[in-house]
Amino acid sequence: MKAHLTRRYMFSASHRLHSEAMSAEENHSTYGKCNNPHGHGHNYALEVTVSGPVDEHTGMICNLVDLDNFVDREILERFDHQNLNTLSEFSGEVPTTENLCASIYEIVQEGFRHARLEKVRLEETMMNSFEYAGGAEIWR
Amino acid sequence: MVYLTRKAEFSASHYYHNPDFTPEENRRIFGKCNNPNGHGHNYTLEVTVKGDVDPRSGFVVDLKQLKEILNREVLDALDHRFLNKEVPEFFTRIPTTENLAIAIWQRLAPKLKTAQLHRVRVYETQDLFVDFYGEV
Repeated sequence: MKAHLTRRYMFSASHRLHSEAMSAEENHSTYGKCNNPHGHGHNYALEVTVSGPVDEHTGMICNLVDLDNFVDREILERFDHQNLNTLSEFSGEVPTTENLCASIYEIVQEGFRHARLEKVRLEETMMNSFEYAGGAEIWR
Repeated sequence: MVYLTRKAEFSASHYYHNPDFTPEENRRIFGKCNNPNGHGHNYTLEVTVKGDVDPRSGFVVDLKQLKEILNREVLDALDHRFLNKEVPEFFTRIPTTENLAIAIWQRLAPKLKTAQLHRVRVYETQDLFVDFYGEV
């Protein structure tokens, strides 16, 4: 029996949306308030969805402790209470939530071995959220 | 095709234990959930059905019927129960959220007549939920 499991995590970080490829006017018109040179912050809510057969001995897709440990170590420690613009991931990329969502997907996809990663969903505020499934179509 | 989701809540207790594991293995794998006295959750269940809209009623499914089936087959059996001791599926299977979603699917799927079951989502807490789509 294949099932999907989603775990939710919180972290807080700051960012500034600014592209070196654009003029000051273009940056301002494209990013608006998010272009404020001093940056601003969000409380991000991250949902990681994994899937796999339910192990008949444990009743689990994967042990939540393993997922929590991985996300704590590789995602939360890396991004929580950081200025995203200062991190190597975003040295050549604007730290929009789209790009952050894709970065988190790539880290989990490459490093987490206990279940198959289905998708990453990232809420920037209560009013907007982003989903990335590594190019696979999200239909559910 | 239209998808309709009905939400329900139930509260139950459970613990995780596999008699084939040693006590040490049970503690290591299941941690706090291995406490034999059990512990409880307020579960939130979302049942999603799909189907074509009936041109005369405008319904995918009669919500009253869906609610009755949900109450009879799932909530009456699970709400305010100790899952390991009172729900037959969990006499032999461990009542993880994964297995709970599967058991609820198996209880509902054969009872639904007009609409087809699409997804069973079970929230154990706000931060953890399992989806089951009937995939083998």
